[in-house]
Amino acid sequence: MALRENPFGELRVPLAWTAGVALIVAIVVAVGLLMSDRRETFRSEAYGVTRQVGDAVAAPVTGFLVTPGRWIGDGVDTVREYFFAVSENRRLKAELAEAAEWKNAALTLRDTNNRYKALLGLKTDPPIPMVAARTVSEARGPFSNTRLANAGREKGVISGNPVMSENGLVGRVIGVTEGASRILLLTDIAARTPVMIERTNARAILTGDGGPNPRLEYLRGQDPVKQGDRLVTSGDGGVLPRGLPVGLAVKGLDGRWRAVLASDAAPVDFVRILLFQDFSQLTAAAAAELNKMPVPPPASPLPAVGVTANAATSAASAAAPKPATTPTSATPAPSTGQAPAAKTAPPRTPASEAATSSRPATPAPSTARAPAAKTAPPRAPAPKAATPPSPATEVPF
Amino acid sequence: MGGARPLAPWRWLGLPLVQCMALTVLFSLPFRVFGLSMPEPIFPMVPAFAWAVIRPSMLAPLGVLVMGLFLDIFWGAPLGLWALSLLITYGAALVGRSMMAGQSWPVMWAWFAVNSGLAMSAAYLFTMLDSHASPSLMAVGWQFLATIILFPFAHLLIDRFEDADVRFR
Repeated sequence: MALRENPFGELRVPLAWTAGVALIVAIVVAVGLLMSDRRETFRSEAYGVTRQVGDAVAAPVTGFLVTPGRWIGDGVDTVREYFFAVSENRRLKAELAEAAEWKNAALTLRDTNNRYKALLGLKTDPPIPMVAARTVSEARGPFSNTRLANAGREKGVISGNPVMSENGLVGRVIGVTEGASRILLLTDIAARTPVMIERTNARAILTGDGGPNPRLEYLRGQDPVKQGDRLVTSGDGGVLPRGLPVGLAVKGLDGRWRAVLASDAAPVDFVRILLFQDFSQLTAAAAAELNKMPVPPPASPLPAVGVTANAATSAASAAAPKPATTPTSATPAPSTGQAPAAKTAPPRTPASEAATSSRPATPAPSTARAPAAKTAPPRAPAPKAATPPSPATEVPF
Repeated sequence: MGGARPLAPWRWLGLPLVQCMALTVLFSLPFRVFGLSMPEPIFPMVPAFAWAVIRPSMLAPLGVLVMGLFLDIFWGAPLGLWALSLLITYGAALVGRSMMAGQSWPVMWAWFAVNSGLAMSAAYLFTMLDSHASPSLMAVGWQFLATIILFPFAHLLIDRFEDADVRFR
């Protein structure tokens, strides 16, 4: 039917009205979508199929587009390194000399630390598995600070996984699809990260505001933080492992304490997604390792607690044939001449075991456990009870 | 005789829409120049303003909605945030269209800035309600500046298509 024959053909509706109606319909749709959005819940089901499809499409596209830029960047770096090789060499030599001192100190401390762990039966968290990914796009506006990484569900990434660069914590995963995951940065307006000031152990919540330096809120105590204090994750709430580096505390222009993020020290090209869910996951996955008996320290450290090596050896040989010797007593048992005292000691509950084992200064292991074991309750739960209240997480970076 | 033909919607609606999306993707690449990140202007603000000035259309609000949803999904913002903010810009420009007619270039730039400010204020308010926190005004200011310097593109779009359709001459 031709337009002229149409009874409504002569009907003329003002164009502005039709545009207005279309505008109102579009606004209603947008309001409906905004009201139904549950992005702030950070649950995988709240992320939605639309976003998952969008990320699955965007990741390979931006990954392809970013490649020439990386080539150019690498080329510029090569030229710069060539021209600044001499000054770079001098700087690195100075750093190396300083690092050598730190290495010696670190080795000594590691040795001491290992011995303390063995003596106390201290259990640390096992290493957290992780996957490497490359960030292919980023949103850095005031209303959303996110990144897209090119590793997703196929690599075991799930919502909530923490994400780190080589310098520090970047954020955490809020959405996953095949081949891509969306990372909510620490600077996002919706990001809340439990942190602590390393020097004072004071807790705070790192609150993003869309700017480059998130705020430290809910700080408690008197002078809990100073300029330049290191910030690490506190592990409170079990969302993030404890001890991940976050940045440094600085006083902002607005008088509030803020954080200079460690991850800002270099471009966040590659990230590591820690496949961490919560602490129960760690304990469940590594129950066998956690229940394993600690390795006894070598004989040489024993003089440190006031017993000579010879005495220790002879005591060990004297104690060895006693059948009641329990595995846990193998650690420092030789150092004893206090067996009678142990007979009068009250029965040791697992709780009291934990209390003593958490104190490094207490020479608890030096008490002779061999005779005491006859009256003491079974020590099977000891390894669990010896777990400290807040063990440091070992992340093998 | 290209000017005698009716203007196809894809030329003044479809093409700018795709261009804005492509530029948004390009500017989202994680590059740093001299240690600084690239700015993040809101490219769809340009057509959202220009389409309303060129002429009222039923398809334009739909295009603005699509661009806004694209921004929300691509940037990981709450779904509907930029869609609604851009539609507010479009609506404001549509309402003030008669006042903008025949204005000089700097005045139109000021109008563009006002409309952009309106959209960003709306986004600020929605984000406050959604996240129960105030975004950094400094960061909002930077994005606002990065957006309003895009006005020459809006002017180009208006100049090119305001009189391009014979049906509306």
